Amino acid sequence: MQKLPVSRLPELFARIDGMKSLYLPVSAGGRLQFGRWTTGTAYDPSRMNTVKSAKDFFFPQSEDLVFFRSKGKELSITEAKDPAEPFVLFGVRACDAKGLEALDRVFLSDPVDTFYAARRENGVVVTMACAEPEETCFCGAFGVDAAEPGGDVAAWLAQDTLYWQSRTDKGDALTAALEDILEDADQRDQGAFAAHKAAIKAILDDLPLNGLSLEGFGGDALEALFGSDKWPALSQACIGCGTCTFVCPTCQCYDIQDFDTGRGVKRFRCWDSCMYSDFTLMAHGNPRTSQVERFRQRFMHKLVYFPANNEGMYGCVGCGRCVAKCPAFMNIVKVIRTLGVNAHAR
Amino acid sequence: MQRISELIRTRAGELLESGAADQILGWENGGLAYDPTPAFFTADNVAGLVYNSFCGINLSKYLIEKTKGKESGKVAALLKPCDTYSFNQLLCEHRIDRDKVYVVGVGCSGMLDVEKLKARGFKGIKGIDEKDGRLTVHTLYGDKSCPKREVLMERCISCKGGGHVACDEVVGEELTPDAAGNRFAGVEKLESLSPDDRFDFWRGELSRCIRCNACRNACPACSCNKCVFDNSRSGMAAKANSDDFEQNMFHIIRAFHVAGRCTDCGECSRVCPQGIPLHLLNRKLIKDVNELYGDYQAGAAPDSRSPLISYTQGDAEPDVIYERGGAR
Amino acid sequence: MPVKDENKADFRPLIVAFCCNWCSYAGADLAGTSRLNYPADVKVIRVPCSCRVNPLFILRAFQRGADGVIIAGCHPGDCHYTSGNYYARRRMTLLFSMLDYLGIERERTRVEWISAAEGAKFAATMSEFTQAVTELGENKRLGDIRCKEYLNS
Repeated sequence: MQKLPVSRLPELFARIDGMKSLYLPVSAGGRLQFGRWTTGTAYDPSRMNTVKSAKDFFFPQSEDLVFFRSKGKELSITEAKDPAEPFVLFGVRACDAKGLEALDRVFLSDPVDTFYAARRENGVVVTMACAEPEETCFCGAFGVDAAEPGGDVAAWLAQDTLYWQSRTDKGDALTAALEDILEDADQRDQGAFAAHKAAIKAILDDLPLNGLSLEGFGGDALEALFGSDKWPALSQACIGCGTCTFVCPTCQCYDIQDFDTGRGVKRFRCWDSCMYSDFTLMAHGNPRTSQVERFRQRFMHKLVYFPANNEGMYGCVGCGRCVAKCPAFMNIVKVIRTLGVNAHAR
Repeated sequence: MQRISELIRTRAGELLESGAADQILGWENGGLAYDPTPAFFTADNVAGLVYNSFCGINLSKYLIEKTKGKESGKVAALLKPCDTYSFNQLLCEHRIDRDKVYVVGVGCSGMLDVEKLKARGFKGIKGIDEKDGRLTVHTLYGDKSCPKREVLMERCISCKGGGHVACDEVVGEELTPDAAGNRFAGVEKLESLSPDDRFDFWRGELSRCIRCNACRNACPACSCNKCVFDNSRSGMAAKANSDDFEQNMFHIIRAFHVAGRCTDCGECSRVCPQGIPLHLLNRKLIKDVNELYGDYQAGAAPDSRSPLISYTQGDAEPDVIYERGGAR
Repeated sequence: MPVKDENKADFRPLIVAFCCNWCSYAGADLAGTSRLNYPADVKVIRVPCSCRVNPLFILRAFQRGADGVIIAGCHPGDCHYTSGNYYARRRMTLLFSMLDYLGIERERTRVEWISAAEGAKFAATMSEFTQAVTELGENKRLGDIRCKEYLNS
């Protein structure tokens, strides 16, 4: 494990940005986003909840795939180049890092999505333990420990020291490249480090959504939950906007569309939302004709279908963005509480 | 707030019992201190009905779906004063069947904006108490306090006042909010900038747009069965903003499509996850209409005619915009 | 499309003119038969009435490479469909005001009332508008980068 005094953070950022493009949470219009670091960009460890997750960097909202042009009888096809910009994400929450694992399952399994794979290869994820979780957080329910985040490198900011621990080969490579800045942590640091983690755990235990039980969900719960009569009441407030899907770190559905530039056709892919009435629109219409069915599908996917297809891994990581951003204040926590096994005992 | 909440619950129970309404459209508690969700209540669950200072959601739009179709059940909708303007506007547009709705006007002294609380650094919110115009916010990181008027929603700061414009009865007094501001102040400030500065401002704001469609779906004026942006035949359909043109276009067109019908309910700005001040776009059009075609408030009456579907022979020419203010 | 000719340094804009069939389009015809010059950069789109022009058309024109958009219709009071141009007048005023509010240059849009007998006015208006837009330069603020990228390839 390594460490660094907080006063030297700007230096660290400058060094990292010199090697690969560095992105970290920055304030924009009162909300937090991942933005490019420039000299003078300060890092505020108390603000970690970005509106959108880090998923953008690996699976961007809109991405070109191919470009066609026809001249008479000739058709030329130009493929978009695989994105090759190396980058580092700093300050990623533990939940978002777990979300990337869910996306890996989808995009890196056969047939491999080369765009996603290239970005994943080029990106180094430096996570940060959440010193001040918010009331909307419930990552613990999904097995994510905010005090022990994953990623390529895990970091903790305790008072005026940054602790740095590599977790993967990519993390080792980045750490090695920074070895002249990072200092080695020793026995004395272990005490402060452990105290910091314990403080985080104490807050996690105190969260309002702590103790959310997933009993009654999982890959085998299809029959029990699909036909539940509670879905209509649950979905009544949903306005079908799609905000939940766009801020979610694990939502991965996309549409492929063509855009006529006037000189050729650009085929691109963009995020789609199962909340939309034209999602997976087929010749006969939408297979899910009402908002009740679309609402049900989203949560069944996160809590039943995804674990069924991915050895029990849930499609939710408890980041709380849907809780914070839904215009009608609907969210997965309410669904879990209403439909879970302990619903009647609440 | 406690008192009015109990009054409303009692009244709702009475309406259901007497058969004046088959369902109540109101709010129920969420899991946190500030997230009441719209819900329909019957006698079984009306005890869960709540009304507090976070009930900013405009419930009138839910009546479109609810009153469609042939069932004859009656819904008693709890509408705040600003919601009743949207209700009237929807009646103008024949989207709601008036006979199927019993409007219960609820008094409002201003709704709170949880984002403003968060902007003050109040995070990890576990509970919120309100007393004598002050809020005590219990958080994971200690108790905090602030005056209520400083964290009111943007729309409440310039409340239209004047009470409910459509209701069958009122529960709780017609309260007036604690603050009264000029609702065009933000627009005027932007108009006084140079075009280059305005362009930079809007680029800074609209570049954050993620096309989540929350503003469109929350807006009571945006109730088209098939939105132009969902219609692949319009040539403008897109699910994501591929570049800055599409960011601009979505908002220009949406603001334009609701022009003259926007009641200034403030939902668009409330729901935007990125905090884009969309009310500055809609209020600009309202201000223009007021200045050029006479003061007009959409939804003030259930039969008013939008200024964009009427005209006078002496209307201003389009080059009037060259003569109006704003730095060059 | 805006022509980026490497040989010449000057920029020629692309102007889209929505002309109502009964008045301004006939006015354009008259300008033609009277041999009055106006720049070839102006591309005329004939619509039945100025009221047909949807704000989406204007934005689409800008998206597809237009540097200036002008809507020409009958004089107020003389609309072939009685009141179409009155609605258009209100609509365009609000739209242009909105575009100005977003920082788009005011000179890129215009509404002009040109009757079928005003061939000279048509030519003069188009020449003047083209000149104004040429001075402004290429439309960058309301253009779509995807439609420009492959312009000359």
